[in-house]
Amino acid sequence: MLITAVFLQTTLCSLASAQSSTGGASSPVSIKLVTCINDSGLLDRILPEFTSETGIQVDVISAGTGRALELAKAGDVDVVLVHDPDLERQFIADGYGLARYYVAQNEYAIVGPVDDPAHIASASNVMDAFRAIMDSESTFISRGDNSAINIRELEIWGELDATPSGSWYIQSGSPTLGAMLTMTNEMEAYTLTDTGTFRSMEDNLDIVILYPESSPSGESMLLNIYSIVSLNPDLHPDLRQDEVDALIEWITGPEGQNRISDFQMNGHVLYTVNPDGYADASTQAIGN
Amino acid sequence: MAHELFDAFTQLFSMDPDVVNALRTSFSVSLSAILIAGIIAFPLGLLFGLAEFRGRRFIDIILNTLLFLPTVVVGLLGYMLLTRDGPLGQYHLLFTPAAIVFGQVILALPIILTMVSNSIRASDPRIIPTALSLGVGKLRAYIVLLGEIRGLILLTLLAAFARVISEIGASTMLGGNILGKTRTITTSISVLASQGETSKALALGVVLLFLVFAINIAVYAATHRSKT
Repeated sequence: MLITAVFLQTTLCSLASAQSSTGGASSPVSIKLVTCINDSGLLDRILPEFTSETGIQVDVISAGTGRALELAKAGDVDVVLVHDPDLERQFIADGYGLARYYVAQNEYAIVGPVDDPAHIASASNVMDAFRAIMDSESTFISRGDNSAINIRELEIWGELDATPSGSWYIQSGSPTLGAMLTMTNEMEAYTLTDTGTFRSMEDNLDIVILYPESSPSGESMLLNIYSIVSLNPDLHPDLRQDEVDALIEWITGPEGQNRISDFQMNGHVLYTVNPDGYADASTQAIGN
Repeated sequence: MAHELFDAFTQLFSMDPDVVNALRTSFSVSLSAILIAGIIAFPLGLLFGLAEFRGRRFIDIILNTLLFLPTVVVGLLGYMLLTRDGPLGQYHLLFTPAAIVFGQVILALPIILTMVSNSIRASDPRIIPTALSLGVGKLRAYIVLLGEIRGLILLTLLAAFARVISEIGASTMLGGNILGKTRTITTSISVLASQGETSKALALGVVLLFLVFAINIAVYAATHRSKT
């Protein structure tokens, strides 16, 4: 076993050095971005432009907000793009993050079968819609995985003072929102999604957005803001700070923002850009 | 469905660069893993197959148990070793193809170890004494032994390769499923399936099987030519 360990050690060394030698002057520097925005295809579309302009490659790793922040705490990634403002602020307050910057927004929505057995389409707010699903015991799928959507869902139940339970309330643990929507479709159930990811795969689904009837509704409980969060370099000395700053500057600057608001899938605009009123670091200069 | 599948295939064979990349990653990662695991496990398996010592049965049972290691557990263990503050964090391997190789080596080791040592125990016990009596050195004698069981060895390598190229747990957790870098065939299939692109996902599965089928033909041809 010891021999094995020593051998692995040497092999890993050579693999690591092979890796760094291929990452030399000719091939681009890469940074690791962990995000939960990935299922919609936005980053696959816009990041190649950033790479061709700056020579910085961005390796995108998909994870829910909770796990994304854990990976960042461990120092396994260089930057985070997530959508749970409370968790992000906590992450910064705990000293793991430096600052958060506005990237984009859309809304949460409840999707479900066209015939809408719980009649949520006529609800007056999202809490009412949730209550209608619970009262009619219509199947509802929860991600149960500490992702931002899961957290928002639990907040809505919390607003209702309700603890959903029973055979109608399914905790799926689907690895991605895409998998979750496919499952919801298959079970003709309801679930909470962001409109962007749903629109991006709508063609493969029979379920539809039932609440809110028209988007954006402006309901604060449905607002979904994506932020890019820089990490504390004191904790991770080998962080690629300059490249991360370049990415943040690009994605929050006019170029990135225009590309995000121009991005369409199946004829739908998936994200809008409106940083007015975004409190935190939106005005803070980058790279100071 | 048939029509959709046909469309998916035409799309695949117009050679989407992402598909080509995933194929390349899958094969290079899994072949490297088998190579490394083989280099470690062959001498050990040889030793273990020939040696008689107390506790050998116990090690047998342990190795057989390790054959059942769930791939996600390997992913988890690999993550704990490779994360920045982990024991091997200094090499910055997490979310690189090398990390997947690392996990797959762990998966392949017990397979090659058990199969090589069992093949040796099942082989004719006179091979080594005969070789030695013919005046060859000890190392040569071992090579003769391995040559005698080469059919089983190829089968061992195939079994190990099958285990690693089809796994997804370790690949996802250690590689991070990065498009163009650590996205493999199996993780591509899972991404496509989760986006509801069932036909494309299935087509990719068929491509993987087809390539593995080609490898099996090659192995079959090689073993049967060498016997005649």
